[in-house]
Amino acid sequence: MNAKLVSAVVVCFMAAQTFAQQPATPAPAANSDSAMEQRMRELEDRVISLEGQIRMLKAAQAPPAAQPAPTQAAAPSGGEVAPPTQAPAPETQAQAAALTQEPNLGGAGGSAAKALNPDISVIGDFIGALGGNSQQNTVSLQPIPAFQMHESELGLQSIIDPYARGDFFISFGEEGVNLEEGYITFTALPAGFVAKVGKMRSVFGKVNMMHNHVLPWVERPLVTNNLVAGEDGINDAGFSVERILPAPKGIFLEGTAQLFRGDSGDVFHSSERSDVSTVEHLRGYKDITESTNLDLGISYARGHNDQGSAFLTHLYGVDATLRWKPLRRSIYHSFVGRSEFIWSDRQQLPFNQKSFGYYASADYQLARRWFLGGRFDHSDRSRNDALTDKGGSVVLTYWPSEFSQLRGQYRFTRYANNIDANELFVQLIFSLGAHGAHPF
Amino acid sequence: MVRIRSNRRKGIGMLNWTRWAAVSALLSLFALVTPNAQAKKLNVVTATTDMAALAAEVGGDKIDVESIAKGYQDPHFVEAKPSFLLKLRQADLLIVVGLQLEIGWLPPLITQSGNARIQVGANGYLDASQFAEILDIPTGTVTRAMGDVHPLGNPHYWLDPDNGRRIARGIAGKLGELDPPNSAYYQDRFKDFDQRLSAAEQKWDAEMKPYHGRKVVTYHNSFPNFAKHFGLQVIGYVEPRPGIPPTPSHTIELIGLMKRETCKLILVEPYFDLKTPQSIARETGGKVVQYLPSVGGEKQVTTYFQLFDYDIALLTKAFQETQ
Repeated sequence: MNAKLVSAVVVCFMAAQTFAQQPATPAPAANSDSAMEQRMRELEDRVISLEGQIRMLKAAQAPPAAQPAPTQAAAPSGGEVAPPTQAPAPETQAQAAALTQEPNLGGAGGSAAKALNPDISVIGDFIGALGGNSQQNTVSLQPIPAFQMHESELGLQSIIDPYARGDFFISFGEEGVNLEEGYITFTALPAGFVAKVGKMRSVFGKVNMMHNHVLPWVERPLVTNNLVAGEDGINDAGFSVERILPAPKGIFLEGTAQLFRGDSGDVFHSSERSDVSTVEHLRGYKDITESTNLDLGISYARGHNDQGSAFLTHLYGVDATLRWKPLRRSIYHSFVGRSEFIWSDRQQLPFNQKSFGYYASADYQLARRWFLGGRFDHSDRSRNDALTDKGGSVVLTYWPSEFSQLRGQYRFTRYANNIDANELFVQLIFSLGAHGAHPF
Repeated sequence: MVRIRSNRRKGIGMLNWTRWAAVSALLSLFALVTPNAQAKKLNVVTATTDMAALAAEVGGDKIDVESIAKGYQDPHFVEAKPSFLLKLRQADLLIVVGLQLEIGWLPPLITQSGNARIQVGANGYLDASQFAEILDIPTGTVTRAMGDVHPLGNPHYWLDPDNGRRIARGIAGKLGELDPPNSAYYQDRFKDFDQRLSAAEQKWDAEMKPYHGRKVVTYHNSFPNFAKHFGLQVIGYVEPRPGIPPTPSHTIELIGLMKRETCKLILVEPYFDLKTPQSIARETGGKVVQYLPSVGGEKQVTTYFQLFDYDIALLTKAFQETQ
C-alpha cells in the first residue's frame, strides 16, 4: 500500500537522521548557524509534508466519521530521502512516531478489510406517553403506548465512486424492519443536475423530508397524519432530479422533480404498473441579513389512491420557514418559525373530498442546550372533509451533547367529534457512530 | 412507526406517455439553463476565512476567493445555507480545513452543489490539513466520552505562521495545477508571501520572546499551534471536554489549577459566552482576552498577517498587565 511505502520512507528517513547524529561524519565547521537553521526548517517541512501524505492515505483508507474522509491521496514522490545532515527537532521525531501508531478508533480502526466500510450510525428514539386518547385507534393518528422503543434507525453512508454516493437508513421499529430510505445520489452529472435513484422521502414540503430524530417535536403535525400519509409520509421507490435554477442575485432557487412507483401509506396506492406518482417542488431561499433568512417552497404531488386506478389524489403544499441565528452567538441562540399549508383533492365515491390543513410552529433556543417550542395544528381529514381536527403542543428540549436529546411535549387535541385528548410525551434520542449531516 | 410492505407484482399496464413527456419537458427546461461559461479567473471557495486569506495571498488577481464561514463564527457549527450552494456550484476549487472540522455542515453542501469539480476526491477539492503540522493526534482509544474529539488531530492548525507558509505553498501548487498558464505567477506570489511572512515572523517572535513559557487557559482547544510556535503553555480549557459547555465542578477545578500554576490569562474565542471565563478571572485575579482564531474575527483583520499582528498585540498587552 502507498501508506506503507510512505511510512517506510519516513522510518528510513528518521533512521538516517538518528544515524547522522553519530560523530562518524563531523559536520563541516564552516556552516553558519543560519544556514543550519534553514536546513533544519527545510527538513522539518519535508517531514511534515510526509506526515500529511500519510494522514491523507490513512484517511482515504479508513473514513473515520460521518464525512467520508478526503481521498486527496498525494502520491509519494520519489527521492524523498534527504541526505543525512542534522537531526530534526526532537518533537518532530515524536510526532512522526505518533503517526506510525494507529489511533484506535473505538475498535473500528486497524484492519484493512474494514477500511472501506461505510460510515455506520444508529439513532435510538424512545418515547413514553401519559394521558388518555380514546381517538387514537379510530382515526389515522398513530397510537403512542406508555413506553415504546419507537425506532432504531441504522444509517449506512458512503461515497460509492467518483460519481456517486450512497445512503441507507434502515428503521427497526417494534413491529419489524423497514427500509426508510436507500438511494444513490449522482453528484457528478453534467449541467449541475443532481439525481437520486432508490427509495426516498419525497420533497413534498418540509416535514415530509425529515427523519424522526431531526423533528423539533416528538410526533408529526395533524396535517401530516391526516393528509400526507402520517409518519412515513410520501416515501416511495423511484427517482429524483434536482437542479439550482437561475434567479436574481442573492436568491437561491431550486427545482426538484420526482417520479415514484405510486405507493405511499394511505395517500397513494398503485393498482397497476402505470399508476406512478409524481412530486414536484420549487424552493426559493434568501438571506435577509447575515443572521436571518427566509425559505419558501411550493409542492405538488399526484398519484392514484386506494379506490382504484381511475381515482386520483392531488396534493398542493406551500411552506415557509423563517430562521434567525446570530453568527457570533450561533451556538447559544436561534429561532425557527415554520408553517406548512396543504390542500388535498381526493377522488372517491360518492363525492370527491377537498381537505385542507396546516400547522404553524416556532422554536426558540434559550441557551446552548435548551430549546422551547410550540405548534398549532388544524386539519380536515382526507376521506371526509367535513371532519376537522385541531390541536396544539408545547415542547421543551434539552441537549446534553450534540449526540443526545431529551424532550418533553404536552399535546392537546380536539378531534372532529368534539372529543378532547390531553397527552404528555417524553422522548429520548441518542446517536451512536457517524451519522451524516442533514441538508438545511 | 414502521410498516412492512410486501412486494406486489402488477400486470403490465399502459404507460402514460403524457406523464413522461411532462417530466422530460421539465428536464429539458433545466438543461437549457446551464451554468455560465467558465470565467477567466479561477473561482475559489474556502470553508474558512483563514484559507481564503492564504489563497488570496498566492492567487492574487488571478482568482476570486470567498469563504463560507465568517471569521467570528464557530467553524464547527456553520449552517449549511442554500445560499452557499450558489457559490459552490460555480467553484473551480474548494479548500477545506479538514480533520473533520466541517463535518457537521459541509458534506451535504458538496453533495447538493451539483458541481462535479469539487466533490471529495475530485481535482478541485483540496484538504489543506495535508500540508500542515497537526497536533493532538489521539493515539489511544477514541470515544465520544471524550467530547466532540477530532480523531485525526486538532483542526485549528492555521495559527502557526510556519503552517501558514506550508498551506500557502500547497495552495500555490494546486492553483498551478488547475491553471497551468499562470503556474509561475502563483509560485512567484508564494515566494513573495514567504519572504514577507519570514520578515513578519521575526518581528512576531521578537515581540513574543519575553513571554516565552507563560501559561494560559483557553476556552476551546483551538490554540495549540500558536502556543507551540510562540512557546506558550496551555494548561487547561474552560470547556471540560471539547464541545461540552462548562460545568461548575470543572470550573472549580480550573480555578484551583490556575491558582496553583499562577496562570492569569484566559483566552476566549469570539463566539463563546464570556460569563464563565469572567467568573474564573474574578476568582483568580486574572484577565479575559477575546483573541481571534480567524481572519475576519474583527472588521480590521482582513489578512493572515493582520491576524497575528492583532493577536500578538493583544497578548503582549495582556501579559504585561498580568505580570
